[in-house]
Amino acid sequence: MLKTKEVEFNYDNQMFFKFQNIDLNSNENLLIIGESGVGKTTLMHLLAGLLKSNSGSIKLFDKELNQMSSYQLDSFRKNNIGIVFQRPHFVNSLTVKENLQLAQYIANKNDNTRIESILKNLNIFEKSNKKTNQLSQGEKQRVSIALAIVNSPKLILADEPTSSLDDNNCSKVIKLLKKQATDFGAQLIVITHDSRLKKHFKKSIEL
Amino acid sequence: MNIFKLSIKNIFNKPLSSSISLALLVLGVGIISLLLQLNTLIKDQMDNNLRGIDMVVGAKGSPLQLILSSVYHIDSPTGNISLAEAETISNNRMVGSSIKILYGDNYKGFRIVGAEKKFIELYKGVIKEGKDWDNPYEVLVGSKVYEKLKINLGDELISSHGLRETGQSHDEGTFKVVGLLKPSNSVIDQLIITSPQSVWDIHETHDHDEHENENEHEHENEHEHEHEHEHEHEHDNREITAMLIKFKSPMNIIQFPRQINENTNLQAAVPSYEISRLFKLFGFGIETLSYLAYLIIIVSGFSLFINLFNSMRERKYEMALIRTLGASRFQLSTMIIFESLVLTISGFILGLLFSRFGVMFVSSLMEESINYNLNSLKILNEEYWLLGLSVLIGVVSSLIPAIQVYKMNISKILADA
Repeated sequence: MLKTKEVEFNYDNQMFFKFQNIDLNSNENLLIIGESGVGKTTLMHLLAGLLKSNSGSIKLFDKELNQMSSYQLDSFRKNNIGIVFQRPHFVNSLTVKENLQLAQYIANKNDNTRIESILKNLNIFEKSNKKTNQLSQGEKQRVSIALAIVNSPKLILADEPTSSLDDNNCSKVIKLLKKQATDFGAQLIVITHDSRLKKHFKKSIEL
Repeated sequence: MNIFKLSIKNIFNKPLSSSISLALLVLGVGIISLLLQLNTLIKDQMDNNLRGIDMVVGAKGSPLQLILSSVYHIDSPTGNISLAEAETISNNRMVGSSIKILYGDNYKGFRIVGAEKKFIELYKGVIKEGKDWDNPYEVLVGSKVYEKLKINLGDELISSHGLRETGQSHDEGTFKVVGLLKPSNSVIDQLIITSPQSVWDIHETHDHDEHENENEHEHENEHEHEHEHEHEHEHDNREITAMLIKFKSPMNIIQFPRQINENTNLQAAVPSYEISRLFKLFGFGIETLSYLAYLIIIVSGFSLFINLFNSMRERKYEMALIRTLGASRFQLSTMIIFESLVLTISGFILGLLFSRFGVMFVSSLMEESINYNLNSLKILNEEYWLLGLSVLIGVVSSLIPAIQVYKMNISKILADA
């Protein structure tokens, strides 16, 4: 399902990254672990189609990302990938529910029952009509997970989802992510420096 | 949810900065639209009352005053002229038709004009109720007068001397309402019209009174100016206030007025010339004010630009998020332009509303003081231009922010977070 080969990337000829090859089958989750500065975020952006590699190949769901135009990448991303960011971002002028509706609109979908079931599943249904800046940190994280899965992606990419959390919450969040992925039939790739997560994944690679 | 709704939500999320740009635009558009409306309405009204009058002959004085008093019934008359002299002019072969009018009295502030019946025909006046006058002291009443003063057919009106309400009333001057006129959207709507003979009669008796009470009058200084138009009856000649003239050929308009002004002690004034002179005078003020309003519109454009520019910086993570959700660069740029257009178009609409209230306000003021009514709220061609300008301001001020969003490097923004 995901196959990368000799992927290289450099920022303005200053920082140079060469990534090891990844080979992930369907129905597998993956933990990518590495110290700061080894290019974790870069790799995640490459996998999400937010960046294009300078050389090598990234094959995701049998599509070669390096050969797609920016417009094709946008379209591929909205149909296949959900992203959970290290720090949650939302459209501040909208409520929780409206943020999810916007995500659906972008992907040409409109399904309020799905929004409700996701919010209920994440235990934040009662916050539906709250503006996102009225939420607690934990609620924000859950809304950002909801945003990542609302369009039924085949792959969820999570960037440092647990780095600022204590052990207890760290374990809660990663379990939640895995549960959501299983519940909605998606694969999960977590990129982190947090070695506490190792025990939660069968498959992991170290950058 | 869609991009358009999102734009509106974004505007309402920052009500303060949005409303400053909006207020500036409303002010700019409102002022220009108000000036356009008033200018057009006043011009229409003036032209409407000008039809069929090529020249006005009256006593020497300011030509503009002569026109304002005897065509528009606003100002005081310049004085009176002798009927005999007026007759000489109306018999001139260049004159097509002439209407003699004379003033003297008012009823509760509305002028009573003695005029030939042709005067009513000139303004296409139609009798709604009652009949034309047959005898002296019978009057026809214009629509605004009877509406405002609730005058009915058969009422008796006791007139006051002079053209203002405060004039001394003469008990002898009792007019009988024999007819009510339909609204004609011209000056006769605010006049009370009677035969010239009525005015001559009433002033003969009045002058008589005045001589008897002369000593008494000298103490009443406040009344003195009411009598300034009063004519001396040195000999028995009858007098009129002015004569409205239509020429046989439009060519005469150049030659004839000059002849009168040079060779007689009468004054001839050409209304179309005086009115265009008047418009030039206050046209300068209008022009200055509209430049100021255009400046305000440009400033509103700048303020809009600064708002959008700042909000793009504040919202860059939002933009990045929307992009990672799969929105294209183009969709995001459209959202920014939408935000700007929603503001400028609502600014335009509110500006028009503002100007309409302004017109109503000014027209109510004018109706109080000079009995004019300006009531037409149609959208002018120039206002469609104003809509175009608002849209242009909306697009131009959002162009740079929209391009910025288009070129945004989402990966870099997200990595910096």
